Amino acid sequence: MNWLGLGPDEWSAVHLSLLVASVEMIVSLPFGVVAALVLARGKFWGKTFLDGLVHLPLVLPPVVTGYLLLITFGRRAPVGAFLADHFGLVFAFRWTGAALACGIMGFPLMVRAIRLSVEAVDGRLEAAAGTLGANSAWVFMTVTLPLILPGIIAGMILSFARAMGEFGATITFVSNIPGETQTLPSAIYTFTQVPGGDASALRLTLVSVVISMAALIASEALARRVGGRLRAQ
Amino acid sequence: MTLSVAIRRRLGAFDLDATFESEGHLTVLFGPSGSGKTSVVNLIAGLLKPDSGRIAVDGRVLVDTERRIFLPKHRRRIGYVFQDARLFPHLTVRQNLSYGRFFAPRAERRENFGHVVDLLGIGHLLDRRPVLLSGGEKQRVAIGRALLSSPKLLLMDEPLAALDEARKAEIMPYLERLRDETKVPIVYVSHSIAEVARLATTIVVMADGSVAASGPARDIVGRLDLMPPEERREAGAVLDMAVAEQDRHFGMTVLRSAAGDIHVPGLNHAIGSMHCVRIRARDVILAVERPVGLSALNILSGTIAAIAPAGENLIEIRLDCHGETIISRITRQSLETLGLAIGRNVFAVVKAVAFDEGTVSREKRMET
Repeated sequence: MNWLGLGPDEWSAVHLSLLVASVEMIVSLPFGVVAALVLARGKFWGKTFLDGLVHLPLVLPPVVTGYLLLITFGRRAPVGAFLADHFGLVFAFRWTGAALACGIMGFPLMVRAIRLSVEAVDGRLEAAAGTLGANSAWVFMTVTLPLILPGIIAGMILSFARAMGEFGATITFVSNIPGETQTLPSAIYTFTQVPGGDASALRLTLVSVVISMAALIASEALARRVGGRLRAQ
Repeated sequence: MTLSVAIRRRLGAFDLDATFESEGHLTVLFGPSGSGKTSVVNLIAGLLKPDSGRIAVDGRVLVDTERRIFLPKHRRRIGYVFQDARLFPHLTVRQNLSYGRFFAPRAERRENFGHVVDLLGIGHLLDRRPVLLSGGEKQRVAIGRALLSSPKLLLMDEPLAALDEARKAEIMPYLERLRDETKVPIVYVSHSIAEVARLATTIVVMADGSVAASGPARDIVGRLDLMPPEERREAGAVLDMAVAEQDRHFGMTVLRSAAGDIHVPGLNHAIGSMHCVRIRARDVILAVERPVGLSALNILSGTIAAIAPAGENLIEIRLDCHGETIISRITRQSLETLGLAIGRNVFAVVKAVAFDEGTVSREKRMET
């Protein structure tokens, strides 16, 4: 990437942002699918509460979410200490913490996209699959999942894009450590705060725009390929 | 095959309470919209649970509320052809067809893929996706998909209802072949007398959520009182007739039964082949003397066996024509003017053009 003239700090921010966004997207996907299915189809007491909980990061100030994460998943906080002692999983001031913060912030977007596509699935097709001998697990794998694939792709892209831009929750939870938790937005913010950092900030801004555009175009192409099979030509 | 159904189920303000047994190869559930036909089929398929009752196919219990048996739909081995086809949009026609086959136990995969594809004439569609199929093609694929799951019973819920007349005419012969060439018993939902008369071996008439009558097709189709008002125009006697002659000069076909010969516009059927012929009651004119100088070609003699009212100012008259039944619908005015009474000899007159593809079935294999 020398043609862009990125310095090691800038390069590490780009690298870290891509890593954080990719990891949070993949890890939160199964949870997102389950949450979308439960919210779209489940009938149980407390569903409204769960719905609210999933959407909370969308309406809370990101700093608040970050602070809540800090007092829950911090090194001395109850959940954080438990995970560190039993699974060796440390979030505080690590890139994994940035991924967690981004995952939480992107979760409502992912769930909404998948949930919409679950609600659009024609239940009569699933009933038809049942009469053909498929049990519910097979029906899900062979009918439901392929039909909600466009929604899953959209949800993944939204979550990825949100992670690329996530700033408030990340910086509150895991701070702004170059090489460890300094993602693209944090790096841009830092560069704008120091004298002579304008050029670096501009370069990273360009990179950010390119990555976002690429993600959008890729998702469009993917969604069209998947969706095209389902609709009339 | 014995299908035995005795179920109750409340659906909103509607009470379904249906009890019937059928031994027929193709049982038609017949009745107007909203009479509970589809609910019965959904109960058999396991898409609905009865409040109480029992359903068994050949002694295999699918549901029995008393014994707390409820076989889930994927273990019933019952093929279901829906009114709206319900093909999987993300799969090709070939994959749709293979879907049910995949879940059928290996030892029970009776139906041969190539045979079913030929039977339904869908060989040229295999690599297409359902969105690119016409309504008639979709329905044929749906039938093939259900058939290839090697079901113990095939349910068809008005498979022609969503299609126009041309598409119906396109699929009807395939349904007849299905009935005659496969061993799968079929339960067929319909509100069309034309379909019923051509396809049914047994008829269950539904009205307001219960069974109004059931029995062999022949006995039921002639009962105009059982027909919903909008279908009475199509109702009439059904006779088994054999092709006796082909008149090349006039392009006519002569069909023969005990009632006498009937001339119909040329049918492309072999001499000696048997056909189900429906003579609409509204097409039958009655005369007290043998008429002369008529353009109508078919004059059958018979004796009046029954006279029954068929709606306001309309009368349904059943004739015994040498052992066969012919039904005529006339006005009360005609009845009184002609002084018709039971036991009187009369002549039934039917125009040859009253017969067409819709009233004469394709060759019929005799039930054994």
